[in-house]
Amino acid sequence: MSAVMTVGPAVSSVVSAFNVDSLTHNFWALTVDGLTYGSIYALVAVGYTLVYGVLRLINFAHSEIFMLGMFGQYATLMLLGFTPNGNAYTEGTLLTIVYLGIAMLGGMAVSGGAAVGLERVAYRPLRKRGAPSLVFLITAIGASFILQEFVHFVLPKLTNQKLGGVNAQQPIRLVEPTVQFTFLGADVTNVEIVIFVAAILLAVATERFITLTKFGRGIRAVAQDPVTATLMGVSRERVIMLTFLIGGLLAGAAALLYTLRVPSGIIYSGGFILGIKAFSAAVLGGIGNLRGALLGGLLLGVMELYGQALFGTEWRDVVAFVLLILVLMFRPTGILGESLGRARA
Amino acid sequence: MRRSTPQLAGTALVLAVGLVLAGCSSKDAGGDTPSATDGASSAAPAGDLSIQPLVQIDSKGAEVPAADSSNAADPAGDGSAKCDPTTIAMAGALTGANAALGINILNGAKLAVDAHNAANKDCQVTIKQFDTEGDPQKATQVAPQIAGDNSIIGLLGPAFSGETKAVGPVFSQAGLLSLTASATNPDLTKNGWKNFFRGLANDAVQGPSVAAYMVNTLGFKKVCVVQDDSDYGVGLAEQITAGLGDAADSACAAKVKTGDKDFSATVQIVKGESPDAVFYAGYYAEGAPFASQLKEGGVTAAFVSADGTNDPEFVKQAGSAAKDAYLSCPCGPAPEKFAADYQAKFNVASGVYSVEAYDLATIMLKGIDSGVKDRAGMVDWVKNYDGDGLARHYKWDADGELASALIWIYQVK
Amino acid sequence: MSIEKTQPTLHLGVGDKLRLWWDALARPTQWGIGVPFIVLIALLPVIRPPVITTVGTDFGGVLAQFGMYALLAIGLNVVVGQTGLLDLGYVGFYAIGAYTVGLLTSPDSPWNLTDDWLSRDWAWLFAVPIAIAITAVSGLILGTPTLRLRGDYLAIVTLGFGEIVRLLADNLSDITGGGRGLSQIAYPVVGESADKPNGVFSAGNTTAPLNSGTWWFWLSIVLIIIVLLVVGNLERSRVGRAWVAIREDEDAAEIMGVPTFKFKLWAFLIGASIGGLSGALYAGQVQFVVPTTFNVINSMLFLCAVVLGGQGNKLGVIVGAFIIVYLPNFFLGRTELFGIPINGDDIANYKYLFFGLALVVLMIFRPQGLFPARQKLLTYGRGIYVATRRAALAAASVVTPEAAPATAGGEPLKKTADDTEGDA
Repeated sequence: MSAVMTVGPAVSSVVSAFNVDSLTHNFWALTVDGLTYGSIYALVAVGYTLVYGVLRLINFAHSEIFMLGMFGQYATLMLLGFTPNGNAYTEGTLLTIVYLGIAMLGGMAVSGGAAVGLERVAYRPLRKRGAPSLVFLITAIGASFILQEFVHFVLPKLTNQKLGGVNAQQPIRLVEPTVQFTFLGADVTNVEIVIFVAAILLAVATERFITLTKFGRGIRAVAQDPVTATLMGVSRERVIMLTFLIGGLLAGAAALLYTLRVPSGIIYSGGFILGIKAFSAAVLGGIGNLRGALLGGLLLGVMELYGQALFGTEWRDVVAFVLLILVLMFRPTGILGESLGRARA
Repeated sequence: MRRSTPQLAGTALVLAVGLVLAGCSSKDAGGDTPSATDGASSAAPAGDLSIQPLVQIDSKGAEVPAADSSNAADPAGDGSAKCDPTTIAMAGALTGANAALGINILNGAKLAVDAHNAANKDCQVTIKQFDTEGDPQKATQVAPQIAGDNSIIGLLGPAFSGETKAVGPVFSQAGLLSLTASATNPDLTKNGWKNFFRGLANDAVQGPSVAAYMVNTLGFKKVCVVQDDSDYGVGLAEQITAGLGDAADSACAAKVKTGDKDFSATVQIVKGESPDAVFYAGYYAEGAPFASQLKEGGVTAAFVSADGTNDPEFVKQAGSAAKDAYLSCPCGPAPEKFAADYQAKFNVASGVYSVEAYDLATIMLKGIDSGVKDRAGMVDWVKNYDGDGLARHYKWDADGELASALIWIYQVK
Repeated sequence: MSIEKTQPTLHLGVGDKLRLWWDALARPTQWGIGVPFIVLIALLPVIRPPVITTVGTDFGGVLAQFGMYALLAIGLNVVVGQTGLLDLGYVGFYAIGAYTVGLLTSPDSPWNLTDDWLSRDWAWLFAVPIAIAITAVSGLILGTPTLRLRGDYLAIVTLGFGEIVRLLADNLSDITGGGRGLSQIAYPVVGESADKPNGVFSAGNTTAPLNSGTWWFWLSIVLIIIVLLVVGNLERSRVGRAWVAIREDEDAAEIMGVPTFKFKLWAFLIGASIGGLSGALYAGQVQFVVPTTFNVINSMLFLCAVVLGGQGNKLGVIVGAFIIVYLPNFFLGRTELFGIPINGDDIANYKYLFFGLALVVLMIFRPQGLFPARQKLLTYGRGIYVATRRAALAAASVVTPEAAPATAGGEPLKKTADDTEGDA
């Protein structure tokens, strides 16, 4: 250890990278963890990818939709009578599931509602005026600000300091993570299983919806050719609203799953970085492509943790950004991508 | 074929979760079992855990009996002081993730100032508070306000080492007394600031003392030192690692960032090494979730930390994961009368640094009582001060460090 | 058949009337009005007029911060406003400029030059051109791989770049000090005296009204004027016209023979240099750099200043920067306003909320900002431009139809001076 410290500071910063031992020693544990986070990224990424496919718009405020979902499920739990407690509540399995389900529905409701409201208030007037995409992006940034600061400053006043504010919410732990089995040396807890399974189910359900139902066909039609779709009788406004709604619902579900894993992450700024990572995942998998969002999310989650083991725990976020830039430079259509947008000049 | 898919997804999810969880054994998560009826699951108490003082130690980790505080200076003095209305300032984290630490200091100081003002009607001193959120960046915006306000003749603060490092030059150039009750990074007094004085032991004492205690008394053979990115955390981790010598395992020496909420990779790395103890150098905002994620990850090592984590907020946020944690501090437990007065006035228990803040504010008040009117006078007064306080004896050397320096160990029980 | 139907309806907003009047003035007159105005602004921190002076914080300090943000707004305007490239990571350039000065002059840095041969008095002045150069190079490094992307993708990539710069500064703690930052950065030591042993720019200069904030403000005014001259010259040259062409329609520009990639890179370079200059100013004034200053929210704030003020209008964005910096500080510490009791601190806290609202509302109703840039007939010079604008104004302000034909039978050029709102 001291040998590394005697080398010049610049060199040591670089040389202390590449801790391969740590990676190989903990490989499966990191993989399991990575798939857990990846599932959450995947669900949020679907929101980005759907909206982009239909509108060619990066919904910058989607990360705040996710954040609102976290507060929504927390508020639901508070309404049910839970109060923050350092320990997990032990209600018995069935009741826990019911409470979790109700909290998830609460979170989904808030997120879905916020997403639809956002579309109505911020994006629709712009669409009516035929604004260029730069304007849409700036509006999205403004909306992101508004939602964050609303939770930061206004919500505490409305809820008597119980929700929102500058500090993270005190965790309400409904589930105590307990190890269920060991997979090749890695402990897998019940929380991790729930997150992964739930994410897969939701993603599959959404894909079924898109491919099999009438509404889903409408979404694909508008994504392919908005004008002809209107001629064919598809209501563009309805489709857009539905797209935002689905994205919001999935973000709300992801919010609950995220708080299962990181109970102390419910804070007004908690959505932002996660949103950018989810967007990177969407691009990685192929923007506009649902399976791509799932794949991209899982891949990003896993690569982040490997990167942390390899380079040091503080490099986690850098991995996501660097990956994004590399993908956009060398393969902007993503891994599975159909290029639904004009990514390159 | 039409399906209402959102409902389908929701049902599928609930079913899936049910299947998974039903197949697993539901473990009783220790402690509290609130009633299972809907809506009635109200507060189970957050354990009855609290931070209890264990022992005072010296730099070898050996026990030193507590000192007697009966000779302490009283801010009320003899009640006959006369002066023009004067102002002192307090700067620290009053809001934000680590606000409890700053509020401890503010309240301790207010206790002294109010007692002084009540007893000395002809000498009223105001204390102005400045919130830096404990963030060095915010402190750089606040410091010029303090330095530029010519009515302020002394500053109790800054509270954290990082912000002190950031704005120390500002106060040094302005000649304003900077008397800190909590900033413990040893390098702060090496900058040649003639106006900076530290009211407690620094980490060059705390590090080796705690390390010696961990190795000798507690018998830990393998310790993982985890640090955050603050000036305080980095400095403390350096001292602890040096003090632990061979007991510090470099394979699991990890770094976390301020504002991190999720430590899964760090937990994996620590778990992989199976240490006897984990030492966390940082503040409670990250320390609490880290401790609870360690427990959830199945790490059974003892959790040891220092003054940045030593606050009831840590216990509140970490819950049962905080049990049996060892927390050190260069500050001692509050004497009974002080604790009672503090509780009566502020309705909360006093915390770390409250006593130091009280003592240091008293020193400044004594200076004002004796006729100090300007910044240079205040600096001189503190430089030449020699007297007892509730926590220790205060006499500073040429660098601004205290002569006597002992560490207290506490435990959460 | 009535003439009114063919007349363009001129809807003049606040900025438009002002702009029209300003553009009609001859260049020497513009300077004649501008210079006293600048002197007045420079004297503001000295005079400290009662209502305008900030209560909770030092007015000189607020104006110094305004100076820095104005520089940043001008730089970002070159990239976003003139060339139409949405850059969400501009704070990265700000960071590189500040950190370069920090790395060269702070005792905490391993590359500190002030303990070998560089005197601390001149260290800042020495470091500034280096900071500008290095930031320009970083603009090149960012631009070369990414400028082939369009619109939204460029925005996200630049966002990523801004964050990567911040994370690098945070993680490479052996060099940059990480979360502890680099302290005791050098500042220009000028005007030492008995009670100001470190000069007028040091933080120890607290004697109002000519405290250190005021001096830094004056320095930034000088720099703003220089930068405005440079940018203005670029605007009127081939480079500026290329930028406008790229902004309006990049494909058409490429077809017309404008080397778009090269000029986009130039825009990035110029924008980065200005950002680096502002960063150097910041480092010298605050004497401490830490990664948390250079977060994404500040990037958005700079963008807000540009969008508010008027994208493409280099004077308008200065007004935007003023609004961004001054308004929250105006409310700080204020407990009553014209007799109405208010909680100024609270209102100042809501600043991001208000700016977010302003952005959304502005984008819906007036996307070109307060003082939009209008396309001038650059090729033909200002004389013709002014004449056509005047004619258009006269035609639109006419009330009776009889008078209309007299002016309507005019030169064909008039028809091209159509004012369609929203052509930013």
